[in-house]
Amino acid sequence: MKKRYAMAVDTRRCVGCSACVIACKTENRLPSGGFRDWIVQETTGRFPGLSMEIRSERCNHCSDAPCVAACPTGASHVAEGGVVMVNRAKCTGCKACIASCAYGARYVHADGYVDKCTFCLHRVQQGKQPACVETCPTRSLTFGDLADPESAVVKLVHSRRNKVLKPETGNRPNLFFLT
Amino acid sequence: MDAITRRKFIQIGAAGAGVAAVGSGLTTRWWGLDGDPVEDPGTEGDRVVATFCELCFWNCGQLAHVKDGRVTKITGNPDHPLSRGRLCPRGAGATGLLYDPDRLKRPLVRASKRGEDVFQEVSWDAALNKVGEGLLRVKARHGPEAVALFTHGFGGSWFKWFMKVWGSPNIGAPSYAQCRGPREAGYTLTYGAPLGSPEPIDLENARVITLIGSHLGENMHNTQVQELADAIGKGAQLVVVDPRFSVAAGKARYWLPVKPGTDVALLLAWMNVILEEKRYDAEYLAKHATGLEELKAHVAGKTPEWAWPLTGVRPELIRESARFIAAARPASLVHPGRHTTWTGDDTQRARAMAILAALLGSWGRRGGFLSTGAMPLAGYPVKGPSGTVRPAADKPKQGGFPVADEVLASGLCDATKPGFAMYDMKAWIVYGTNLIQSLPAPQETVKAIQGLDFLVAIDVLPAEICGWADVVLPEATYLERDDDLAAPRWKTPFVAIRQAAVEPMYDSRPGWWIAKELGKAVGLGEHFPWRDAREFVETRLRASNLDAAELRRKGVLAGKRIATCEEEGAPPPISTESGKIQLHSAELAKLGFDPLPSFYPPEEGPPGSFRLLMGRAPTHTFGRTTNNRLLAEPYPENEVWINADAARALPTPVKDGDRVMLVNQDGARSGPVRAKVTERIRGDCVYLVHGWGHTARGLGYARGRGASTSALTTRYKVDPIMGGTGMNVNFVRLEPAERSA
Repeated sequence: MKKRYAMAVDTRRCVGCSACVIACKTENRLPSGGFRDWIVQETTGRFPGLSMEIRSERCNHCSDAPCVAACPTGASHVAEGGVVMVNRAKCTGCKACIASCAYGARYVHADGYVDKCTFCLHRVQQGKQPACVETCPTRSLTFGDLADPESAVVKLVHSRRNKVLKPETGNRPNLFFLT
Repeated sequence: MDAITRRKFIQIGAAGAGVAAVGSGLTTRWWGLDGDPVEDPGTEGDRVVATFCELCFWNCGQLAHVKDGRVTKITGNPDHPLSRGRLCPRGAGATGLLYDPDRLKRPLVRASKRGEDVFQEVSWDAALNKVGEGLLRVKARHGPEAVALFTHGFGGSWFKWFMKVWGSPNIGAPSYAQCRGPREAGYTLTYGAPLGSPEPIDLENARVITLIGSHLGENMHNTQVQELADAIGKGAQLVVVDPRFSVAAGKARYWLPVKPGTDVALLLAWMNVILEEKRYDAEYLAKHATGLEELKAHVAGKTPEWAWPLTGVRPELIRESARFIAAARPASLVHPGRHTTWTGDDTQRARAMAILAALLGSWGRRGGFLSTGAMPLAGYPVKGPSGTVRPAADKPKQGGFPVADEVLASGLCDATKPGFAMYDMKAWIVYGTNLIQSLPAPQETVKAIQGLDFLVAIDVLPAEICGWADVVLPEATYLERDDDLAAPRWKTPFVAIRQAAVEPMYDSRPGWWIAKELGKAVGLGEHFPWRDAREFVETRLRASNLDAAELRRKGVLAGKRIATCEEEGAPPPISTESGKIQLHSAELAKLGFDPLPSFYPPEEGPPGSFRLLMGRAPTHTFGRTTNNRLLAEPYPENEVWINADAARALPTPVKDGDRVMLVNQDGARSGPVRAKVTERIRGDCVYLVHGWGHTARGLGYARGRGASTSALTTRYKVDPIMGGTGMNVNFVRLEPAERSA
């Protein structure tokens, strides 16, 4: 069975502390101003009838990734487990992928190439969790293989109410927000 | 065909993208003939050093990854019971402290008038001699007790020892009278002992968690936040009392947006409902508590309808939430809070919370408050202090604050004013606490400093307090030093070790070395017989029959889990004189205070002003981390939260993102700061995360960013029971930033 990596993000557990952001930045040596993941706090209603959702967001590693289709050099590609990656040696920094991404998941690295979340594939290949998942104090993040019915991510997506962001794009994103 | 198309595109693109792309482009790598590599950023350490964190005072276990002599990243130590393998952003961002370009690099001696912030770099010998002379001169004229130590942080242990053998009891930490002190007094009066840190609470097994002004989740005490999330995962419900729609409020079943300063009224109304409707644990109280009848009489008539106009919380909401809290007892945890110095009646509020916990029967029960234990450790065999020492001079000459069980940092500052206390403070040693921000009323702190004979600051960064010092000693960060062993009370007793991951940078030195050399400089060398912190710790471990090598490898050694609650066979930990929970406090009555908490309306501010509230962001530990450029990335500066309707109604309406100045009732100003115009706060208060608005020249990143809560805290209200400085008693106006430039 072909692997299909995905992540479940539990918006009820998450407190939006940004530990995922800092762990990602140090794990992946991101430059100042470069983010592969970030926190969104969304408040609705009027005082005092308010509700709030907190999300740790990152690349959705879409099954139909427009960024890969938009990339003129083949730098953006689909790697093992459906992970959308950028081969920096092939990237010219043209930003076509940035324009095509509905989630704002990419940025231009100071060294001229486009950078984004890799699901820490370098760690996953060694049997480790992505850095954000490993550090998350609230255990809001669950990474795993959607193709494996026994995986924790599949169990969560099947047992909990969830949503993807911007389903209307038809990109089939692989980040599932548990609500 | 495809390749040719791409080549064309790259040639076109290269004209704009730069020549380098063409130069390096025509290689096999460029064309991907060697495939798409999965690049490893290479941050996994060649060496991994187990230690514990100092970005806040929770002291989580960490693993520092070291590669080519640099710390590349820091991860949680899975064996450590406080981090359980996970870190908050601050812990993960500690490399931002280690590699902060603004660190203090060499010892400094003041070269012009005090406070002008002009210093000369000197050798350690010269600096230590200067400190020795300064302290000995004060000792000769005024006695050793005229030296005060202000300290915050684990490394302070070495300087506390210095003070003991030097002969002064005047050791104060702002973490008491400016933070958790009222809570400690309130719970001590009720149950017999302070809660301490980490708090012995069982969040993970609670079914209902009630937060009163505690913004856990933004206040990022790692283990507590982990347990909070686990509890939510298991279906626990939250009740949140906060003028602000905090992150926790966003997850709550009930949010009670209480008017600031009226929490006691709400607590009395809750107790009224629980007592009137007999929802309390009668059997538990009969067995463990005294004063139930007095309490019943005291809250009679304090109905939700009574509390409504005082608190602004609808009576149905008060009644319903009271029933909800009671229904989950005893696994109904009223979180005791931590930063509790709000309005000067704080011990009484803490008492009300402690009494509520007793009504729920949660003290000593699973999902409530637990018994904890510490790992027994042998001390280092060393010659202790000799001679008698005058009592601490942290209180006014005529006395006061009878229930304080730690020295008041604010009191030591007061004692610097001639004639205030039994004797005057003449010299300060300030370790790791920026008193300009950590004490209220900075104008008074500065005045006290001006009257000192001598001030030495020991710190990692050039905070404001360093600018006022006569000598500044640069300490190595916790990642560059060994320290004493940590063995706090916990559900599973444990011992953790701090060990240097890398050598100290610049000419900074570890605290143990500074304290030892200081001891030598004042003729007390014999009290510092250890070679270094490593030998100190190993001697203690050997005498405690613990394996030092294993501890060094793992970072932590766990003891046996103890019985923590009644369900595990432990009786409720009540250590009052009578052995009973004091619902009614005869001790307070004897001291002339209310034996049961009463509501006193808070003072109102001038018309058009907002009560200034302050709190925490998960990425920061007040002013200590605001210069950390890594942590600044997700949270670059604080914002002033203001209610959307209130912002619109201002004489000059404020829009989200506008820059404003904050001006308090005494004309003190802070900012410019960005306004966060939001539904998430009441209209009668504004909110700032504490620790911003630095003015110190050396803080290259933080200086001038955001607004300082301290600068706006020109007033404070002292808790008469224990001396805590209630700081939520200042009121501010908002002015457009341009006008006040």
